[in-house]
Amino acid sequence: MHHYVTQGYVLPNQAHIYWTMMIVLYPYITGIVAGAFIISSLHHVFDRDELKPVSRFAMLMALAFLLCAPLPLLAHLGHPERALSIMFTPNVTSAMAGFGFIYSIYLFILVVEIWLLYRVDIVFLASNAKSEMMRRLYWVMALGVTEISDEAKALDRKVMLFLAAIGVPAACFLHGYVGFLFGAIKANPWWASPLMPVIFLLSAIVSGIAMVMVCYLIVQWFNKRPVDSECAQSMMESAWYFLMVDVALEGLELLNHAYMANHDWDIMKHLIVDKLFVSLFVVQFLIGSVVPFVLLGTAVVFKNRIPAGVRNVMGFVSGLLLLVQVLAMRWNVVIGGQMFSKSFRGFLDFHIDIYGREGLLAVLFLFSLPFIAMLVFSRVLPLWGPISTFPTRWLRDRPPEYVPLGSFTKFK
Amino acid sequence: MTILWTKPEISRREFFEKCAEAGAKTFVFGGLVVTTANLLLAQDPPDARARAEGAPAKGTNVPIYGFVVDTTKCIGCGSCVRACRDENNVPDGFTRTWVEQYTFFPNGEIIVNSPNGGADGFGEDIPNRNMPEELGQLPVRGFFVPKLCNHCINTPCIQVCPVGASYVTKEGVVLIDQERCVGCGYCVQACPFGSRYINPQTNTADKCTWCYHRITKGMLPACVQACPAKARIFGNVSDPNSEISQILANNRVQVLKSYLGTNPRTRYIGLDSEVI
Repeated sequence: MHHYVTQGYVLPNQAHIYWTMMIVLYPYITGIVAGAFIISSLHHVFDRDELKPVSRFAMLMALAFLLCAPLPLLAHLGHPERALSIMFTPNVTSAMAGFGFIYSIYLFILVVEIWLLYRVDIVFLASNAKSEMMRRLYWVMALGVTEISDEAKALDRKVMLFLAAIGVPAACFLHGYVGFLFGAIKANPWWASPLMPVIFLLSAIVSGIAMVMVCYLIVQWFNKRPVDSECAQSMMESAWYFLMVDVALEGLELLNHAYMANHDWDIMKHLIVDKLFVSLFVVQFLIGSVVPFVLLGTAVVFKNRIPAGVRNVMGFVSGLLLLVQVLAMRWNVVIGGQMFSKSFRGFLDFHIDIYGREGLLAVLFLFSLPFIAMLVFSRVLPLWGPISTFPTRWLRDRPPEYVPLGSFTKFK
Repeated sequence: MTILWTKPEISRREFFEKCAEAGAKTFVFGGLVVTTANLLLAQDPPDARARAEGAPAKGTNVPIYGFVVDTTKCIGCGSCVRACRDENNVPDGFTRTWVEQYTFFPNGEIIVNSPNGGADGFGEDIPNRNMPEELGQLPVRGFFVPKLCNHCINTPCIQVCPVGASYVTKEGVVLIDQERCVGCGYCVQACPFGSRYINPQTNTADKCTWCYHRITKGMLPACVQACPAKARIFGNVSDPNSEISQILANNRVQVLKSYLGTNPRTRYIGLDSEVI
């Protein structure tokens, strides 16, 4: 427990910042889930064919991040061993008690959807994968359902559409809910706002799209494979659109606070112009919002004049900056909201710990876990299209048995 | 290893229908169980305002406790804070009750402080200020304000506790079940008064209990007992003849941050508008 440097009068029990980097990381990770899922759904539900190259990757990325989403919370809890109480003895009036249920429902939808998406591949690999061990694994993953007739695939697709139709609102709800956790705290004027869930959701979508875009470009460049510029362009357009709405709402919220100038505005004004100046104005607004807005806008508006390669680089840089912007936004909300005392007369400074359960190293470790999960997924399931794209990587040497390979390429 | 291409005994449609049916049943049944359990375990919803104003709980003789802080009487000696620390084994760096000193200067500046929660008293009655000569060095007025958990009727802290570790007793006292608290800190964020903290020894939320272990045995909270100025008055507000009921009947009282609608049971006499 740290004492933070204070100025003015800070209430005696508030000399600590209780919600630290883990609580910044938690909404950041769940946000990426929501955004990645929505990119994937744009293809699977709304038939945006240009996003096909990343649709599977985005879906698995949503799962990888979702699996890691509770970890920062567990790392933060004073009694992680009691964590499951929020599901066994939930307090119905607590927003936080909803987490276990919303999370479980969403995880269920996502896992079933991924299973349906990959079912035909899994069945095929169960008899044609390279090693005996992998064939056994696929056999288990097929859950005993080996029917891959056209009729069965049509049914798969129907169920998937249905799940995605629930999944999109569920993803929105999952993240809107995270915003509600903060927005519903009337004790804290920096948090209390009905706009908070909307802002969290929009910035989540921005960060998810940015993460998929950045990872896609890195993987393609690293493997020296061509970038599908239609796909990259489509992600840039989506990112640009959601960024505009997101920043507009964030700005309007701030403007509203300033214009109403309630009793709590004095402390918020000081917070903004002094304590959060760098992380809010410089990082979140200037570097994280204005620069990507200009870059993405240029790439979208002058699509025909700028070569695809340059546009991809612009998208990559914007994506990285957007990831920084959303992280800064989470920081400014979570840490910023605790940098002033509820006496409204004093301030605290936050110091980043390196070591410890909630230190920077632990944060970096937790943030690397979704990527490690992606690496594991990539060994089991083809991330970048059907098996036929890289047959030698997935299939054993002898010709495939039972089913002609061609029939799988039709499956989305 | 081969895959058998026999038609499954159960068709895919049937399979999904059965899955959906089972899922729906689980969801509805689970929901019913949770809701019923919550309804059974929940306390009677108190007729909050009536109780706070002194009406006895329906059909019982359970006292409803209240707390009055008379800021006009506090001398800032800090006895209450020390008594509380001794009584409740409060960890260093935290406090369940504290005393704030407000000092107003001629230029409109207000200094608020509470060194060590006021436990050591306020040695320097007047905070050091380098005021412009023409304004004079002396403050125009000042006073002390003791603070503690307000034991609100509409408690934001109980509302947000994800596991129901924060609860209200039949006497209206807000408590924390240390065996149940997960230490998420949500209640610390939700309390508008800074009454709560995470106890570093137990890693659970902690706060003033109005000395529940004492008051249920007919004793006074430690801070009330220790106050030499009678600035703290505690008692049964449902008994119209109790001292606190008489004081509430004869004084105009105010609560902290009334605009938040938490409806505190701790009420203040002589509360200045600068006290937040």
